[in-house]
Amino acid sequence: MSETSFVCEPCGLEELPAPDGKPVIRLVGVEKTLDGKKVLDGVNLDIPRQRITAIIGLSGAGKSVMLKHMIGLIRPERGQILIDGVDISRLSRRELYKVRRRFGMLFQGGALFDSLTVFDNVAFPLQEKTDMGEEEIREKVLGRLAQVGLEEAQGKFPDELSGGMVRRVAFARAMVTDPEIILFDEPTTGLDPIIRNSILNLICHTYHQHGFTMVMISHDIPDIFQWSHYVVVLHDGKVVEAGPTAEVVSSVNPFVQQIIRGDITGPVHLM
Amino acid sequence: MAFLVETIGKRTLRAVNGMGKMMIFLYATIASLVFPPYRVSRVVKQVHFIGVKSLFVIVLTAAFTGMVLALQGYYTLQKFGSEGLLGSAVALSLIRELGPVLSALMVTGRAGSALTAEIGIMRIGEQVDSLESMGIDPVKFLISPRLLGAVLSVPLLTAIFDVVGILGGYLVGVKLLGVNAGIFFGQMEASVEWNDVANGLIKSLVFGLIIAWVCTFKGYFTGRGAEGVSQSTTSAVVLSSVLVLVSDYILTSVLL
Repeated sequence: MSETSFVCEPCGLEELPAPDGKPVIRLVGVEKTLDGKKVLDGVNLDIPRQRITAIIGLSGAGKSVMLKHMIGLIRPERGQILIDGVDISRLSRRELYKVRRRFGMLFQGGALFDSLTVFDNVAFPLQEKTDMGEEEIREKVLGRLAQVGLEEAQGKFPDELSGGMVRRVAFARAMVTDPEIILFDEPTTGLDPIIRNSILNLICHTYHQHGFTMVMISHDIPDIFQWSHYVVVLHDGKVVEAGPTAEVVSSVNPFVQQIIRGDITGPVHLM
Repeated sequence: MAFLVETIGKRTLRAVNGMGKMMIFLYATIASLVFPPYRVSRVVKQVHFIGVKSLFVIVLTAAFTGMVLALQGYYTLQKFGSEGLLGSAVALSLIRELGPVLSALMVTGRAGSALTAEIGIMRIGEQVDSLESMGIDPVKFLISPRLLGAVLSVPLLTAIFDVVGILGGYLVGVKLLGVNAGIFFGQMEASVEWNDVANGLIKSLVFGLIIAWVCTFKGYFTGRGAEGVSQSTTSAVVLSSVLVLVSDYILTSVLL
């Protein structure tokens, strides 16, 4: 199976009918220090339901840490992480595991289990967390693998796959449990432009099909703007701009403009 | 002076913090064994990895340990005209001390280091976070089967070590140096008591727990990148080995 054999119709991102308008994830005054550095510094942010939200910013801005806060993998020192009004930073481990059933997450490197085949990797959450029968699981897994164009690779192991295929398997695994919210930690980093666009296209198709709430960290600027409804710009642990994509793109904030254009001159001096 | 006090204080706090973290980790692992679901197949897999795959190195070490014990023992006992006690000397040394300790050290080197590296790589590759994100307790899924697998495997390996070691001693003592076979085994039967065997097994149970505990802990809380995993693996092997020897002294003084 070649890397580029997965092709689907180009997706034009649309907005599904708005539900209640309330944010599904809300971060209130979140602070976190790691290795003596303040990574999140009073972050206030709303993630809208059934929309694709892109989080952008420089490397080390705190994007991945913020994403891990949303699913409770990291607990904040101060502030609240509200999922539909429930503060998950105060929940016990067992209660947190229940909340996480609403989530799917795609990690930066895929985080597939090396000792399991593609099929078993995708089937894993169903086998572990549901009472589904073997046949039902098989049907569901093959359906998800077909959706990402990898049904022929079901017997392969992760080390036999290319980077793009690994991300697609990870995506199939993230959505196999039909979560309400999917978090993507740099789903396209390190991929060539064709594979990158095919994955973003796949995310877009999946959004139209299932209406998941999706939060995606990306460095693909400005391409990411055509694949997201909302954009959040993070810098030095603070949200410097957040809103509908068109508004963020036309922001007058010099930092936002610098990061959009990729200028080496501006408020941020790296060298 | 203030700097010295500050340094000692910092190191003490770090050590106490580390020990506390290890105790909490052990408690969480044992607690997760109590509650369902029970995954017997995962424990069997670990018994295969820690136990069956260590068999070759255990048999080899045991055979040569028994052989060298017989050789050294024979020439020492000969000075006192007590060659007939060779069987009991070999058996008691193996069953009480060398069997449990050497088996534990071999398992640490072969399987313990692999446990640390495997879990460490899963940690830096975000596979542990991935389990968490699916709502699966990584301690129950990854650590508990390994702990139980080691606690079951090490006593079995120790028993095999003892038997093979005695056979090695028999080969050198009886077949090579000419000690009477009846006396060799007769003295052994007369001097080895059930208590000696039980003490050896208790030690090996504790050693199995120590190896799995330390090695999985070091992997679970590994540092960043390949260097972090390499450092964790080294410190897991060193700490496990030291703890095995220290606990051997404590157990011996309590059980004797």
